[in-house]
Amino acid sequence: MKQSAQASLLRSSRLKLWEPAFWLIAMASPWLLSSQALIINEIAIVALFAISLDMILGYTGIVSLGHAAFLGMGAYSAALFAKLVMPDPLVGLLFAMFVSSLLGAICSLMILRGSDLTRLMVTLAMSLILMELANKLDWLTGGTDGLQGVVMGPLLGRFEFDLWGKTAASYSLSVTLLLFIQMRRLVNSPFGATLMAIRDNRLRAMAIGIPVNLRLATIYIFSAGIAGAAGALLAQTSAFASLDVFAFDRSADILLILVIGGAGWLYGGITGAIVFKLMQDILSSITPQYWTFWVGLFLVILVLAGRERLIRPWTWFGGTSHK
Amino acid sequence: MLSAQGLVKRFGGITATNNVTLNLCRGARHALIGPNGAGKTTLINLLTGVLDPTEGRIMLDGHDITTMAPHQRVKRGMVRTFQINQLFDTLTPLQTLALTVSQYYGYGLQWWRPLGGNRDVTERCDQLLEQFHLSEVMNQPTHELAYGKRRLLEIAIALACEPRVLLLDEPVAGVPAGEREELLHTVAALPADVSVLLIEHDMDLVFNFAKRMTVMVNGAVLIEGDPDTIANDPQVKAVYLGTGEEVGPADEITGAEAHRV
Repeated sequence: MKQSAQASLLRSSRLKLWEPAFWLIAMASPWLLSSQALIINEIAIVALFAISLDMILGYTGIVSLGHAAFLGMGAYSAALFAKLVMPDPLVGLLFAMFVSSLLGAICSLMILRGSDLTRLMVTLAMSLILMELANKLDWLTGGTDGLQGVVMGPLLGRFEFDLWGKTAASYSLSVTLLLFIQMRRLVNSPFGATLMAIRDNRLRAMAIGIPVNLRLATIYIFSAGIAGAAGALLAQTSAFASLDVFAFDRSADILLILVIGGAGWLYGGITGAIVFKLMQDILSSITPQYWTFWVGLFLVILVLAGRERLIRPWTWFGGTSHK
Repeated sequence: MLSAQGLVKRFGGITATNNVTLNLCRGARHALIGPNGAGKTTLINLLTGVLDPTEGRIMLDGHDITTMAPHQRVKRGMVRTFQINQLFDTLTPLQTLALTVSQYYGYGLQWWRPLGGNRDVTERCDQLLEQFHLSEVMNQPTHELAYGKRRLLEIAIALACEPRVLLLDEPVAGVPAGEREELLHTVAALPADVSVLLIEHDMDLVFNFAKRMTVMVNGAVLIEGDPDTIANDPQVKAVYLGTGEEVGPADEITGAEAHRV
């Protein structure tokens, strides 16, 4: 019965059996489903973007309606870097992450003040401002036409990005996995625990000596960097960046994804991304005009019924759910 | 050790604390009493930096900490508990203590190792869980715990920070009678050089515990002195204890009486 603190604590961070299995399948998927490489690529990028939001939303309790600001910053930085400096994707990726983190550092000053409502407005405004900047600076960004003429070099000097997206999907999956491992470490660490403490009770977090504002800024910068990586992947694998990377829909989509998959759980972002993207793909091929209606209906049902019950059909009729 | 001089806090037109001066020496066992609304909790909020004083100065170990951020005061050894539980509801008691101890041991920025990866932290957690009878429930989410357990966790968190100055805001409020003694015993068993300021309504506890007392009324200090002086002070009897009867310390001023006031 009695366990030591160490054993209990370490158990929650230990690798579950299904995790390596999941990632093996994911990494193999561009080959197993080679005709679907493009959507796999998209899912990997959106999943990474969603988890980056979960870092601040689910784990730290910072609300944001403008996380696309960092996605867009990463996308444009990577695209411009490839066009103007050098076409190597990995260097471009690092550059994009750096630039987005920098933007995150500036924005973090604004999210430390005010209430949740203020933060929603401020983050939304930031992404809109950046979108307008990208629009106005058309000599650099191509404005509404998007940034064209981006030519990506081969990955690691060997693997060319092909038309079918196999290289692209493998690249995005690898980067997502690599960053996922970092984030998995982070949320299970003492640092991650202090973030959750801040989320649960900021007053008490302060009262046990956690420098709350510093922590908030740190994770915000980190999250911005990850979102920037997602943006870079997006631009690099499509050799294009357009204004819609800053769009409100992007920020809203990943919020929905976290609602679908569950916030404050790393695989929530991934599950949500898979469900959301597949739903979008399948529904829009059935009914190209009205697919958002069905997505909306699904979300209403999900929220009203609760995720727990929705994935346990045997609890739908009669009987009480054994939670 | 801790010294507050002339603390004034006004909220708009209301003066919550008025020119309060309080000194805690090393190893003090000091009680702060007074009727509800006397400004006791406001004073704690001022001392810990949750509120900024309108006027006055706070010194800790000879350093002016009046404008210091709350977490920095904790780093300097001043830790408090809350009258209303302030816990991390979705975390377990074990996680709560592990993160608190990690932060105290300086692992707060460590993001590469798991939370249970530091031996010194987990050993200290085992010890605290044992001491506060939380071992049985250590893996349950805090919001599912019984009130008494949560109250114990509230105190355990503070002690996990190894305070040199401990401010206890009604620590046993709502704790079942059986666990009260135990809790106070833990507090009493703190190292002799830890200074403790106790806010409490239960007069039995107060007179058992305190070597020195301060009585606050309407935001101001009415009187400060040793328990005997306080118990026999006519002013205190009039405003706080409510009657002019002859009362002795500890035995005759019961908790029940104090609550009635």
